[in-house]
Amino acid sequence: MKDRVKRHWQLYLLLVLPVAYFVIFQYIPMANNVIAFKDYNVVQGIWGSPWAGLDHFERFFANPVAWDLIRNTLMLSLYGFLAGFPVPIILALALNEVRARFFKRTVQMVTYAPHFISTVIVVSMLILIFSPRIGFMADFLGFFGMDSNLLAQPDAFRSVYVWSDIWQTAGYSAIIYMAALAGIDPSLYEAARLDGASRLRKIWHVDLPGIAPTVVVVMVLSVGSVMAIGFEKAFLLQNPLNLSTAEIIATYTYKIGLLNADFSLATAVGLFNSVINLILLLVVNTVSKRVTGNGLW
Amino acid sequence: MTLETATGAALGTEPESEPNRPKRRRPTPVQDTPVDRIFMVGVYILLTTFLLIVLIPLINILASSFSSPAAVSGGRVFLWPVDFTFVGYEAVLGNKAVLTGFGNSLFYAIVGTIVSVTLTVMIAYPLSRSELVGRKVLIGGVLFTMLFSGGLIPTYMVVRALGLLDTRWAIILPAAVGAWQVLIAMTFFRSSIPGELYEAAQLDGASDLRFLWSVVLPLSKPLLAVIALMYGIGQWNSYFSALIYLRSEELYPLQLVLRNILIVNNSAGTNLADQLAAQQMADLMKFSLIVISTVPVLLVYPFVARHFTKGVMLGSVKG
Repeated sequence: MKDRVKRHWQLYLLLVLPVAYFVIFQYIPMANNVIAFKDYNVVQGIWGSPWAGLDHFERFFANPVAWDLIRNTLMLSLYGFLAGFPVPIILALALNEVRARFFKRTVQMVTYAPHFISTVIVVSMLILIFSPRIGFMADFLGFFGMDSNLLAQPDAFRSVYVWSDIWQTAGYSAIIYMAALAGIDPSLYEAARLDGASRLRKIWHVDLPGIAPTVVVVMVLSVGSVMAIGFEKAFLLQNPLNLSTAEIIATYTYKIGLLNADFSLATAVGLFNSVINLILLLVVNTVSKRVTGNGLW
Repeated sequence: MTLETATGAALGTEPESEPNRPKRRRPTPVQDTPVDRIFMVGVYILLTTFLLIVLIPLINILASSFSSPAAVSGGRVFLWPVDFTFVGYEAVLGNKAVLTGFGNSLFYAIVGTIVSVTLTVMIAYPLSRSELVGRKVLIGGVLFTMLFSGGLIPTYMVVRALGLLDTRWAIILPAAVGAWQVLIAMTFFRSSIPGELYEAAQLDGASDLRFLWSVVLPLSKPLLAVIALMYGIGQWNSYFSALIYLRSEELYPLQLVLRNILIVNNSAGTNLADQLAAQQMADLMKFSLIVISTVPVLLVYPFVARHFTKGVMLGSVKG
């Protein structure tokens, strides 16, 4: 083994910098989570600060806000999952039926595009489009007798968040299913044709079973990230009027941690979030492996 | 199924139809019955609806950006510019914060991409070599960061301890390497660099570094393009690390400048004398600003779309 290392010392040399990156910016932060169990102060530092046990967790759960945050986080991501998960699959199945190449390519090129637009821009577009004074969507909603200023309504926050997400990502997320569909054994289609199967039956009996493994993997990943819902978009969509539904764990952590400088509490909340998420992922993966035979690992 | 056909199909391009190749049309898999024809009408209606839902907001923004301040402010623009003019763009390009942000974002995107791609190759290549001692442990260590991350405050503390707060490095370093990109690169090296090449190079006395530089990298241009685009666009579009780590406005990337102008409403046009004109101009500027800041991404888009698709595929091959 020593010989092997010696002969390929250059490979190990290459590893030095990237491994240093992973240690410094990924693993040391993980270790820093220890301040969730301490009363961190700058003077004594991470390791010198006194232990606090589970105080910060208790503080968090004693606060009635905690349950609102957990509910908001879960509702937002579950809604996002339930509404957003089927759309790319339907899109891919529909595109797969289309033989007109120009139409197919146009739909693909256009629907991929929003994926590359930044979150800041998407939220700005939402604000402008739904602005009662400027936006065309406000006129549209007004036509149906709905209150057009959606961004000011707590009840509408989740729908705005989720459906704009679908608008932005559905086309791009369909790619992986398109590839799975392209990989289906052509002899299966031949057999379906000989049996006189209709297009719908072909989708049901050939296409869907063909993409099932891909669907499971994507599903495990999405359920596994239920609690990991991003900070970026929720933070940008927040305003004083919709905060009762728009405040999620990630944005709360930012506010108490960096704006109020309560490092220990913010870390405790963030750690709670990450651990729940990790557990969810492990559970979903195990269940999926038992039930379908497919999983992430 | 090869990777090529998978990506080709995903894009709706049968693998780059060369002119001389006999056309091999996939037969319609199922013979259409009347029910099927109705079904297909439904499919086209569905896809057209989706197409329009994606397209209309984009066109509306574009049309508004070329309209007059009064038309935009009065909500009179839908899919075609009203009172066509460039004043919105002139105002945006005359805004110092926007220009600084633009320059900064270019810097972060270019330098960040170089750093990220270099580091990614430096770890992914050794990890792709079976003879590496401790390979499994290292791969596990990289993948674990996809499942569990240190979190906001603990990472902030590291950046602060290193003295990187309010420096350009705070934007580039903390998220320099993505586990996903390492996985993609590793898979690519393993599947696309033939073992015989390595044996041949060894016979010629080439070292590992020499082999990587002269053989592997030239063969990996598609991969390098994919991960460079992922990092570059990610960096161009992100505002989060700047929000957390930067205080000095002259370091702000474009997205943070945009957030302050577009969302926090730190309106950039308020120094105009006339209040109403200022309001109208500020409204218009937002549309022009959205278009201008998205142009760099849209310029590379056709290229990007092709390669990103490959990226999705590369990542989905189990390593």
